[in-house]
Amino acid sequence: MKTNDVILQTTTKVVFFIIFLFSIHIFFAGHYTPGGGFVGGLLTTGAIVLLLLAFDLKTVQKALPFNFTIMTAIGLLLALGTAAGSIFFNVPFFTHAFDDFTLPLFGVTSLHTAMVFDAGVFLVVVGAAITIIQSIGGDS
Amino acid sequence: MINLPLLPIILPFLFAILLLFFKENVRIQRALTLVGVIISLIASFYLLVTVKTEGVLAVTLGSWPAPFGIAMVSDMFSALLVTTTLLITLFVVVYSFTAIGEERERFFYYPAILFMVTGVNGAFTTGDIFNMFVFFEVLLIASYLLIVLGGEKKQLRESIKYILVNVVSSALFVITIAYLYSVVGTLNMADISVKIAEVGQPGIITVIAVLMLIVFGVKGAIFPLYFWLPGSYAAPPVPVLALFGALLTKVGVYAIMRTYTLFFIHNVGVTHEILMVVSVLTVIVGCIGALAYFDLKQIIIYNIVIAVGVILFGAAQMNEAGISGAIFYLVHDMLIKGALFLLIGIIIYVTGTSNLRKMGGLMKTHAPLGWFYLIAAFGLAGIPPLSGFIGKLLIAQGAFEAGNIWGSIIILASSLIVLLSVIRIFIYAFWGEPMELPKTKRKPYARMMLPTIVLVVLSVLYGVGTEWLIPYVTDATDVLLQPSIYIDAVLK
Repeated sequence: MKTNDVILQTTTKVVFFIIFLFSIHIFFAGHYTPGGGFVGGLLTTGAIVLLLLAFDLKTVQKALPFNFTIMTAIGLLLALGTAAGSIFFNVPFFTHAFDDFTLPLFGVTSLHTAMVFDAGVFLVVVGAAITIIQSIGGDS
Repeated sequence: MINLPLLPIILPFLFAILLLFFKENVRIQRALTLVGVIISLIASFYLLVTVKTEGVLAVTLGSWPAPFGIAMVSDMFSALLVTTTLLITLFVVVYSFTAIGEERERFFYYPAILFMVTGVNGAFTTGDIFNMFVFFEVLLIASYLLIVLGGEKKQLRESIKYILVNVVSSALFVITIAYLYSVVGTLNMADISVKIAEVGQPGIITVIAVLMLIVFGVKGAIFPLYFWLPGSYAAPPVPVLALFGALLTKVGVYAIMRTYTLFFIHNVGVTHEILMVVSVLTVIVGCIGALAYFDLKQIIIYNIVIAVGVILFGAAQMNEAGISGAIFYLVHDMLIKGALFLLIGIIIYVTGTSNLRKMGGLMKTHAPLGWFYLIAAFGLAGIPPLSGFIGKLLIAQGAFEAGNIWGSIIILASSLIVLLSVIRIFIYAFWGEPMELPKTKRKPYARMMLPTIVLVVLSVLYGVGTEWLIPYVTDATDVLLQPSIYIDAVLK
């Protein structure tokens, strides 16, 4: 018997983007308030898992044609690169830099190198979690 | 270069990440791994020289002030171990090119090795007890992959045990750190030492000391917590076994030595007495195991247990001869265990079995293998002037100075049993009537011999060149015996 999942699939198409946008909001909130790359990454993973539940593995792989192992590697590289940048300035490892910039649209914004590190964490979390789910879910 | 202590950690990590991009291309993987390990090795030698000239190096991550940020500390002890780790890794990696097989190479074998080295070097370098837990996890997770990689039935069975034991001991590790934190209110190891000295090590700290011994004892395989080791280590292929045998238990030994010389030094009558009794028992059960088996792998694996006991016995003396003997023996054991495992890997490759009863007469067909095995075996037993001699001599001297006559007699007697156990392999495998050997190619044999021979020669040089190494070991001993050197370097 074919199950009827029209409602699930239709809501998922909308809810996916809401969760994804919220995860980006959480990611940027992370420096001064609760949030950050790890939680943001987990939320995004949650959104993708919702897609997996509503559709199936093949459809999702077609919709998101990324190699998630490579994504993890890129994330690690970003995180390590940001932390290791301090080596070239001869300050202790992980020392971060920040300054206020006046940007169009945003006004005065303080930009941190820690944000790039967090973006790396975000990619690692999404990449690793989805790789795990894919390889477990891929076994039939 | 303020970040110098971090280089032997970051460089393997960087190359491990780069390898993830080339999963399918075995050639690039091999080349990148080799380059990465060599660069890290150069960095670690530079670190060794710098520590020798400038004393203990400390850097606190993120420019936070000292007891609050995570400190990374390179003293001579950790610098020696970091360098030895990378040296062993280099030879095992070269050996793996021939020995491990493309199946495994395609499945993150080299990244796993490099991630594990990241964890090992991190655990040797860190100056923060919680961060040490993190690096333990890094090396353990990489080792989970290495032990299960290949998916043979035996590997799957043993890796479940291995993972369970380590997960439980890691949980206990966090609990112990939490206890310690609740008492002293700090995680920085130098600061913990200061705080414990201030309160004069009350009973609760001694309890924590014993808990730490249990936690690190599981990783380092001391009596009676070594039970998981012989089974688990025998499961993976030989290059992985060589890495595990040479490096992983030594991290546990390092952690015991570090905490028992930096933290828990005010109630030596209890803590170090326990350590000494346990280490002697470890030697005894190791000896029994080493004689009990007719399996090449098991014999050498039980020799790991013996070595752990000998090193910790030296460390428990808390005098100059004992500690410097322990350091000498620790580095010696990493080199010689690496060499021995690579050698028996070749024997197993040539004969197609690890059962001693099924081999014989290899001396006629593979003479160089026999001679180098004999040298390594003598080195392990500590026949002068080979590498095991000086360490054991100093350990025995330290024990006699401290008045532990019986313990040192047992340690000295264990050398004979070690010699017997490894010479038994020599007699069964190389003497006697030649058995029919399975057809093997000569070329892989030669390729595996090359890194092995260099490693054996290095271990001989380590024994013969003891005189040149003494200044380095003296520096390492000074830091361990005088915690104030370590503390001043970290807290400025």
